[in-house]
This record gives sequence, C-alpha cells and structure tokens, in this order.
Amino acid sequence: MQVFVEGIGIIAPGLDGWSAARFVLAGRAPYENQPVRPPPVELLPPAERRRAGLTVRLAIAAGIEALRQAARDPADMAMVFTASGGDGETIHEILSVLSTEQREVSPTRFHNSVHNAPSGYWAVATGSRAPSTSLSAYDRSFVAGLLEATAQATVQNRPVTLIAYDVPYPDPLHAARPIGSLFGMALVLAPRGSDRVLAAVTVAAADTESPATRMADAELERLRLGNPAARGLPLLAAIARGDEGTIHLDGIDIAVLPA
Amino acid sequence: MLPLLISHLSIVSSIGAGQSATLSALRSGTSGLRACGFETVALPTYVGQVEALDACELPKALAAFDCRNNRLAEMALGQDGFRDAVAAAVAKHGARRIGLFLGTSTSGILQAELAYRARDATTGALPADFDYRRTHNTGSLAAYLRQRLGIAGVSFVVSCACASTAKVFGSAARMIEAGLCDAAVVGGADSLCLTTLYGFHALALNAPGPCRPFDEARDGISIGEAGGFALLEKSQEVHGRDDVLLLGVGESNDAYHMSSPHPEGIGATLAMQRALTAARLVPADIDYINLHGTATRVGDAAEDLAVSALFDNRPPCSSTKGQTGHTLGAAGIVEAIVSVLAIRHGLLPGSAHTETVDPSFSSRYQLVSEPARIDTVLSNSFGFGGGNCSLIFGRTR
Repeated sequence: MQVFVEGIGIIAPGLDGWSAARFVLAGRAPYENQPVRPPPVELLPPAERRRAGLTVRLAIAAGIEALRQAARDPADMAMVFTASGGDGETIHEILSVLSTEQREVSPTRFHNSVHNAPSGYWAVATGSRAPSTSLSAYDRSFVAGLLEATAQATVQNRPVTLIAYDVPYPDPLHAARPIGSLFGMALVLAPRGSDRVLAAVTVAAADTESPATRMADAELERLRLGNPAARGLPLLAAIARGDEGTIHLDGIDIAVLPA
Repeated sequence: MLPLLISHLSIVSSIGAGQSATLSALRSGTSGLRACGFETVALPTYVGQVEALDACELPKALAAFDCRNNRLAEMALGQDGFRDAVAAAVAKHGARRIGLFLGTSTSGILQAELAYRARDATTGALPADFDYRRTHNTGSLAAYLRQRLGIAGVSFVVSCACASTAKVFGSAARMIEAGLCDAAVVGGADSLCLTTLYGFHALALNAPGPCRPFDEARDGISIGEAGGFALLEKSQEVHGRDDVLLLGVGESNDAYHMSSPHPEGIGATLAMQRALTAARLVPADIDYINLHGTATRVGDAAEDLAVSALFDNRPPCSSTKGQTGHTLGAAGIVEAIVSVLAIRHGLLPGSAHTETVDPSFSSRYQLVSEPARIDTVLSNSFGFGGGNCSLIFGRTR
C-alpha cells in the first residue's frame, strides 16, 4: 500500500513542531530534551476547552499542525487515532474515587475516560462528521494506526489523518505501565501524489522479523522506547533526512521515497 | 464495498451462551436483566450479568490474562465450535493472513479497580500481581485472542465506546480489501465494572428498573455485559443458499457533544446513509432495523427522528437492549449477531419491557417477536464521543 505524506505534526519533549523538529530528527541540530505543554484547544467552545484533558490537547495540537501543513480542511477529513491507553490523570482519578466509600465519579471525568475522547473532542472542535476511529495495541499501537490509516486511504481513495499519542500515568499506575514522557504525532496521508507531498511511503507486512529501526541519537532512542506513539519516530527521521530507504517497525516494513 | 461472508458466529450475554440459547430467548422475549448485585456495587439499577463467568477459566499458559473481560471472551470463543472454525481458517489461509479486529470500551479495568482498593497503606503501590498489560490495557483483548487462537496477522483493538464492536467490521472489510488479510475474526467483549456503573450513575443515565427502549416512560439504560465473535471470509470462496453477508458499513461523527447525541440524529442519519451507499442499497431494501435504542430520553428520540427521516418505507424496528441490557462496547457484535440470526431463522425481534411506544415517535416499533422472512437488516451502534456506526447484513441471492 503506497500513500503520500502531505503534512506532519509533532509534540514531544525537545520536538515541538515539525518545522524545528525536522532538523533535529535529520541530525542537523542537537536534540535538547525540554519539557513541552500542549496548548489549550482554541477551536473548542470555552466549556469543552476547560474540560479537555492532556491527551485531547496533545492529539488535537498534533493533528491541526499536520493539516495546516497539508493545507487540508479538517471538516471532511477521515481520522485514525491510536494510543496504548487513555488519559492518565483521568483514569487515575476515577480509580482513586472508586476505591473510596462514596464512589462519586465526576460525570466529566467519566466521559473523558473513554479511549476515543480525543476523537470526540476533535469532531466538536473541527465540526467534522467524517468517519473516525480510535485504536489500541499496547506498544504496537503506532503500527496498528498506520496500517488502518493506510488501508483507509488506499481502499476508500481519500486522504486520512493519523494521530498517535500517549501520556504518562501518575503513580501508582505509572509503576505498572511506565511511559517516559508525553508524545504526540500526526501524519496526513493521501492516496495520490501532489506538489505538497513530503514523501511517498509504502507499507507492507514484513516477510521476516527484522529488528525495529533505531534512532541514532541515544536520547531520541530513549524517547522512542519510552512512549508507544514514539515508535513512529524512525519514520519521521527518514522523512526529515530526505533519504530513500526502508525502515522496520513491529511486523511491518516501510519504504520511504522522498518527494 | 466487497461483501464478506459471515462464516461462523459465537455469542455470550445475559440471555444465554451460544446461538441456540440466544435465538430461543429472542423468540420468547426473555430478559437477562436483574436487580444489580454485581461485586460491591450499591446502586438502584438493573444489569445484564453473565452469571457463569465466575467459573470460567483461561488456559493455564495464558493465566496472566485472567480478568472478567478476557473470561467473557474465552467463554464466547467456546460456543458453537467457533475456536475450531478459526483453527480451520488458520490452516487454510495461514496464521499471518488472518486479521483480528476486536472492540472493547473498558477492557479489564475491573482489575485496576480492585488493585486500587488493595494499594499498599504506606507506599500507595499497587499489588505486585496486578498485570496492567494483560488485563487493564485496552489492547489486552487482542493480545489474548492472538495467542489463544494462534493468529499472527494484523491485530488491534478498536475502542470507540459503544460503537466499538460495530466499527471492527469496517476495519476488517478495509484490511481484507487492501489485501492485508484473507479472513478476519471480529467482535469483542465488554464486561461489568465499577467505572461504567458509577460513571453512568453520575450522568443520571442508569434506569432504576429494567430499561424500556422507545417506551414513553423510558428512564435510562441497563448496563449489560457480553462477548461475541464473527469469522469473516471473502464471499466468493464459500457459496451457500442461505448464507448471510456483511453488505455495508457506514461510519460518522455527531460533532456535537461528548456524552449527548445530536438531538436531531444528524450523525446517525449519516451513518445509515453511508452504510446503504456502501451496500449499494436504498432504504426500501431494508426489512428490519435493529436500533441502538438504549432507552435514554434523548438518545431514543434522536434515533427515532433519524430513522423516520431516512426510511419512507417504515420497516419494522426494535431495540433488543431490554433483553441483553446495553452491553456498551459489545453492543455492536451482539446486535450484529441478532441481525444475522433474524435473517437465518426468520425472526422479527421484539422489545422486552417496552409497553407503550412513545406516542411522539414515528418509526414502526416492533413490541413482540414474531416469525417473518427477513432478507436484509440494518443495525445501529452509537457511542460517547459522538461516534456512530451502521452495519447492513443480507442473505445471499
């Protein structure tokens, strides 16, 4: 399946936005691990903006950046969201409240706890009634999302935006599922080439189990391993370098051809 | 879209285990809803609980996956020869050519709820035997079935609240059409937990008695639990006169609110229209609609508007949630299976607990089950976050 990358969004420590991050990922600027805060979602009405948790802000910021770059209207864009887990703080708060005698769960926390919360807020923010799905496959969540988005773009012959994100849990869940730092990225994938394409990407099931492509920089490699969404970093690095080549993710091979 | 053959099914819910028990409950209108006595829950509400679950055991080698949700999946896999059917498909196509697309909303979160209660008094640490990855994590269900069924193809969990196990049909259809797999196991499980019971209570959406879909006196949902699976294969490979096919999938978003449906059912209408377009059918082709019909004031009214606006032919419709309860992330597969059983066995399902249909509604609501020839069914599943999915099933001609 071949698709064409029209836009990229990224928010992670030291990688705040594609225009700066691409130099770091290409190895042309040093990586500096600096904390990053996803901004409030300006597109949401004030009440929803206040209710939006970290995963919602992270996913939407990455998606909007990618769509602006691609000059695509979010209002009719098919969406694929993928994440290992939900909003860490929300889940922790609900589990904490449920362990008390009163068990008074906040209604807002409850609707924010669904895995597809970013998708729901995205639709409210953009007014899009296009299809949207939300996936999970633990550490293979990025691969799952890439396959779903690529298949949709190919079979339904329409552009699809993939958003991969994950955030750390607070303790004590953090000890059971350590996620290093937040990471969000987005790719606008089109079924056909155009003058705005950054790279052509061919995704195929791997015939043999090759080890996953690593990041050359030790800090970026730590980032890749520390967050399921960051397993997509080698793909972004390949696009940033502008080299032709093949990278390996869990069970798939991705051939990257620069524009 | 290319039609897909529904070659095998398996189901467990509060109305029974297996197709035969489910069919006979659908015929008689028996309800699985009882006053809630689940775990330590103290809420004045009814639930559709699968009683036999406590006795269900996972294979020893996979014991680390043990949680209510994976038990529900295991119990469903054991019905109607489903595991053998998957083994035959694996032998025929190869393990890497079978896809696995499953849905759940809360996965094994009950394990995390129990673990939080058992936190260490001084350190606050969770008990050492809490296995996040294999129980609580949303992807756990797919990881369990991958190992249990020996499937090595593309696999993931779709978690779109109450539309989850309807949307898995869409993922499977696309993956098969894209050539990534030759067949797929779809479905999933959603099990009772405190998060949903107390969460819906916080939203004042739990009915005090058994839920009454489309009734003028409806007053909320009854949460249920269920597991179910379908094996999908390319339709040209197997031909039978009364085989049932997946003909269309339609997905949309309300773009309205996180936990309230669009009051005019705009997203619901779009999902149904898109399913009809995908199936190359028109509203007059639909013989029966299995409604989402959760029995909330707003949700049922919006769905009635959407159905009435689109279907001039007024096909009979009903919600079967008065029998099974709202099985949340499993509702899509449960009602897909109800739809297939309706076609195969000539059954127009009724609506347990519904007495007087809301007089302001215009759709043709079926109160009592009756025999009828049904060739084509549309099934609706709508979820939190405004995600909607409609499926169309039909008999081979």
